[in-house]
Amino acid sequence: MKKLITTLTVILITCYIAEAQIDPKLLKKSTSDTAKKSLNMDAVYERPFIAVGKLPVALGGYMEANWQHSGTDGVSEGHQFQFRRMTLFVASTIGKRIKFLSEIEFEPAEKEIAIEFAALDLELHPLLNLRGGMIMNPIGAFNQNHDGPKWEFTDRPIAMTQMLPATWSNAGFGIYGKHYNTNWMFGYELYASSGFDNSIIANRENKTFLPAAKENSERFEEMASGEPLLTGKIAVRHNKIGEIGLSYMGGIYNKWQDDGIVIDDKRRLDVFAIDFNTTLPKLNTFITAEWAWINVGVPATYSQQFGNKQQGGFADIVQPILKRNMLGWQNAVINLACRFEYVDWNVGKFKETDENIGDELWSIMPGISFRPRPQTVIRANYRIQSQRDLLSNPPSRTAAIQFGVSTYF
Amino acid sequence: MKKALLIVLFLLGFVVVIQSCSKLGPAAPKDEDLLDGPVEGLTNEQSRRFLAGDVAFNDEVFTPETGLGTVFVATSCGSCHAGDGKGHPFTTLTRFGQIDETGNKFLHQGGPQLQNRAIPGYMPEQIPFGATFSKFTPPANTGLGFLELVSDADILAMADPNDNDNDGISGIPNYGNLPDYVVPFAHAIEKTGKYIHRFGKKAAAYSLLHQTVNAYNQDIGITSSYDPVDVYTRLAIDPEISTQTVNDVVFYLQALKAPIQRQQNDPEVQNGRMIFDRINCSTCHKPTLKTGASSITALSNVTFQPYTDLLLHDMGPGLDDGYTEGTAKTFEWRTPALWGLGLSTNSQGGQYHLMHDGRAKSIEEAIQLHGGESTGSRNKFIQLSTLEKNALIKFLKSL
Repeated sequence: MKKLITTLTVILITCYIAEAQIDPKLLKKSTSDTAKKSLNMDAVYERPFIAVGKLPVALGGYMEANWQHSGTDGVSEGHQFQFRRMTLFVASTIGKRIKFLSEIEFEPAEKEIAIEFAALDLELHPLLNLRGGMIMNPIGAFNQNHDGPKWEFTDRPIAMTQMLPATWSNAGFGIYGKHYNTNWMFGYELYASSGFDNSIIANRENKTFLPAAKENSERFEEMASGEPLLTGKIAVRHNKIGEIGLSYMGGIYNKWQDDGIVIDDKRRLDVFAIDFNTTLPKLNTFITAEWAWINVGVPATYSQQFGNKQQGGFADIVQPILKRNMLGWQNAVINLACRFEYVDWNVGKFKETDENIGDELWSIMPGISFRPRPQTVIRANYRIQSQRDLLSNPPSRTAAIQFGVSTYF
Repeated sequence: MKKALLIVLFLLGFVVVIQSCSKLGPAAPKDEDLLDGPVEGLTNEQSRRFLAGDVAFNDEVFTPETGLGTVFVATSCGSCHAGDGKGHPFTTLTRFGQIDETGNKFLHQGGPQLQNRAIPGYMPEQIPFGATFSKFTPPANTGLGFLELVSDADILAMADPNDNDNDGISGIPNYGNLPDYVVPFAHAIEKTGKYIHRFGKKAAAYSLLHQTVNAYNQDIGITSSYDPVDVYTRLAIDPEISTQTVNDVVFYLQALKAPIQRQQNDPEVQNGRMIFDRINCSTCHKPTLKTGASSITALSNVTFQPYTDLLLHDMGPGLDDGYTEGTAKTFEWRTPALWGLGLSTNSQGGQYHLMHDGRAKSIEEAIQLHGGESTGSRNKFIQLSTLEKNALIKFLKSL
């Protein structure tokens, strides 16, 4: 941790000194329009960066802060002010067709400073690029395209954070490539990386919970299963229709041998996801949706508390209702938005009763957002949520009003 | 001017939202519709202990790293008692190995409780060949503090082991030995070194401390300083939960409120209450008991309505599973408290799973499964008119 902070400090001081010694006019700002059409796999580079003079690195980042007041079944914790995260990007073009990008996230509530992405990209051909380092497994779209300022909602989608592990990254290597043909784009990614462990079915959430594996930092050094997690994705985009992505992530997740001695059966994890996004012509309505299915090998002698099947997803509809100069900002936009969410953490039936297992959630979240610039969003949402426990008892009902700001810098 | 107006409108809207946000959330259910929650009048210190116990009971999920198992039934207290209500067949536990009051002959083979689940990489326990068994659905927790404070003298006053009043109903206490860590109640009445137990389907647990320590150990596989013997290895190991946490959970159980009867003024409910007396249900399901002294004001020297006598009764061969505990016979069961019965479906997945093993799927079916000493009441119930049956069921659902 100290090393990380020292490195960051050195980078920032170097940038500051470099800036102090040069004409500010030399600061080159890449004001990437985060709404522009590209594949989700491009999200890591589709960010605004600032280059300082001839310094070989470009810097960027974003932050998210919220206020919320939520209550469940009449019980509220009152007003909550939350600084969710600040993320720093450091990108560098090392040489011709050799790039490096890193993403470092600070989450004060989690007391966590984490490297989410730090990979070297080597382009051999547009259809064949090598990537190695700390890679972000391309399962679904949100995992790669999760920057706060890109979304009209203060919360990340529940299925993508509480069922799939959002910002799930691992040490690994792989290939990716893209092909363009007039209106068509095709992209693929394929990685072998470190992966999950037993915590996905043995955790304090009392459910099969893939995000539990994020707490295991040992995966960056030693994998629990000793077998690679494979992640692959193909995506196709037509500029007038939209983008659809199909992805898979799977492998053996548990520690089945130790010191060469077999201590458990091998158990697999398989995740399938589909994502889609489009912008309707004329109305400019932006729709993005994602759905995932998870199959986890859970021992039959363990508890059905931990499901072997999960599914869930979300759909966002964003409708710009006003785009004009507002309060001195050119082309500022006001959007109306609504998110629909569903997660079933335990798909199946109880052995004892042959009745459906609950552990599911529904949520609808209308909202309004104001974007003075594409990279900055001020947003307000109202969440209505219903959640059933494992036994399908009457659901608990939650309502939350949220206000937040998020911006690239 | 227009800009200023926009800013003023925005600020005004913001203030309105801030002021009204607490009213935008879902309303709290009525207190009478919930089983959980503390008794009234706890001191601040008691409220803190209650909350600490609440968190340990409902939120503390055990994992292999924190001591779960190796073999177990559930991963947390709350798994079996959703909302402090009755349990579900999913968390119904199995006990085996004792056929009479001479004790359990299968203790050396893992008795009395079956841990039917195991952490990954291990095999769960199996019922040994030749052992009889019974399944127990987890009971509701509410009001247990009141029941703990009923004096032994009051329990003995309700007992009629020789049926001296010739009403066909006896009622006997379950006497048992106390574990080393249990201190007898001040009101305890000893009999040849044994004490009246009152909790559990067979009244085999003496106090809430006894019950809690057993449940941590036998249900979750968690050892404590009170009971350090691991259920899998049967060896003493280091405590996997702090003594403070066990004590907090015991306090939480003691301070849970008693269920509140609903629709008390409904004439049909009142009629059902009279039918309940008329067909002698109240002979065992005693409507009113009283507590002794307690440091918790709301529990101290009060009357309450649990609808139990805390005694064992012969329930007939239909409910005789061939397994027992303590000095109870295999066909004897402790009268379960009926309070909270109408809210059972809120914790049992939307339907009833009644009787000791959840075999009855309705209150009517549960009544019809009564045998032994309760045969007379069951027959009277069968002879009731439809209106009378409906009134009785409505009364029971109001509890």
